Amino acid sequence: MDSTVASTGTEEKTWGGGNKPLRASYGKLMMWFFIVSDALTFSGFLAAYGFARFKFVNEWPIADEVFTHVPFLHGQEHPMIYVAFMTFILIMSSVTMVLAVDAGHHMNKAKVTFYMFLTIIGGAVFVGSQAWEWATFIQGDYGAVQTNSGNILQFGEYVNVDGEEKFKRIAIEDIAIPVAGDRVEHDRSNGLWFTEEAPLPLFSVDEIYTGLAANDNIRVRTQYLDEDGHKTVLSRSESLRQIKENGKLVVKGANLKVNEYGPTLFADLFFFITGFHGFHVTVGVILNIIIFFNVVLGTYERRGSYEMVEKVGLYWHFVDLVWVFVFTFFYLV
Amino acid sequence: MAQEHKLEIFRGRWKFKSNTQKIWGVLWLLTVITAIEVVLGIYKPAILMDIWLDPFEGGFFATLGNIILSPIVYMKPLNLIFILLTIVKAYYITWDFMHIRDETSSMRKMVVWTSVFLIAYLVFILLQEGGYVFHAYHGEDSIITRDF
Repeated sequence: MDSTVASTGTEEKTWGGGNKPLRASYGKLMMWFFIVSDALTFSGFLAAYGFARFKFVNEWPIADEVFTHVPFLHGQEHPMIYVAFMTFILIMSSVTMVLAVDAGHHMNKAKVTFYMFLTIIGGAVFVGSQAWEWATFIQGDYGAVQTNSGNILQFGEYVNVDGEEKFKRIAIEDIAIPVAGDRVEHDRSNGLWFTEEAPLPLFSVDEIYTGLAANDNIRVRTQYLDEDGHKTVLSRSESLRQIKENGKLVVKGANLKVNEYGPTLFADLFFFITGFHGFHVTVGVILNIIIFFNVVLGTYERRGSYEMVEKVGLYWHFVDLVWVFVFTFFYLV
Repeated sequence: MAQEHKLEIFRGRWKFKSNTQKIWGVLWLLTVITAIEVVLGIYKPAILMDIWLDPFEGGFFATLGNIILSPIVYMKPLNLIFILLTIVKAYYITWDFMHIRDETSSMRKMVVWTSVFLIAYLVFILLQEGGYVFHAYHGEDSIITRDF
């Protein structure tokens, strides 16, 4: 080194660079700065969610009714179970990461390799679960009718469960009765300049209305909460009137424009927040893979320090930390 | 070059022999907290669903009291429990997994105080504003109405 770097002879003195501020290395300090700024970005998103929720506080979807699905258990409702599983996976991968860091302190290459590998697997399982959760949310379950001013009207009937009157949701597929003369999707062949249009909704409001009129048991539920904190179920006549006068669009599932579960902002914020978090997890998995190969190749063994594992570990724990908050504010509160 | 770790949590009430053991101990703690959250979230005990204390009515001191006691005046006990448990989890992830417990105290303060102050401020402003917008739509003297 002496032949390439000019030596001033002051390296060990404080002003000569012989001091680490806050007794942390440059890389670790910068990772902490990044984490603080990223935490502020995430809290901006979550605070925006809080804003939207407070604005629509009496019609916000109940998470237990939205995220009820578990892979391979079709048609069964298990609120919370799958998200709890995802949370546990992410905490587990955080643990394997911290074990890798610890093994790195003891310069144990085999153990670092093994724990880094487990961490990558945990991250991949989490991202996969997230993708599945998105797909289920986009697909939707029961469908609903959106009104002129963007409110959501859902359908269901009262059934007797163990002597208790309960409101059971009914899917739009089971209600709609086809009506002749409905608008058909345009395509290229019947227009001069026309190229294509977005697919039409599954059913028209007329078809839903016809089905609703034909079934005496079906009632409409609005998103507004009544005094007991339940969503308001309208009477038969009121149900028919609402669909007739205010029904505008039949929606199924959720995307950035419509959301069958309630205010569209719920879907928007779900996609943005869990998407931003999922992006962070994906980046974390890629970083972990890079570090994993460096460990396998013995880069850190030669360098004499596994600090890179520690820095990537900080980022990975941060991703876990954010998920703890997303879990609480999206699924619990 | 094994680094120094404080091998205890709960202010020394739970001690560990090695760092690895401490990691498993913290995992156990986080798992138990998550399990409590999930069970409460599924069953939603009725006793935790009603607000315990109604807002005070009257002059300046009633308002002041409402602000000071706002977590129990304006929040369902269940949600308050969820938020507190989340903060406990966040604490142990940051302190023991990210090893901020072992950093210098000035560095710890730099990271934690900055985030806590800025986030608390941001959350306060946005939630306050959200509540105001709700009242603009639904309050007794609301200026905006929607006809469904």
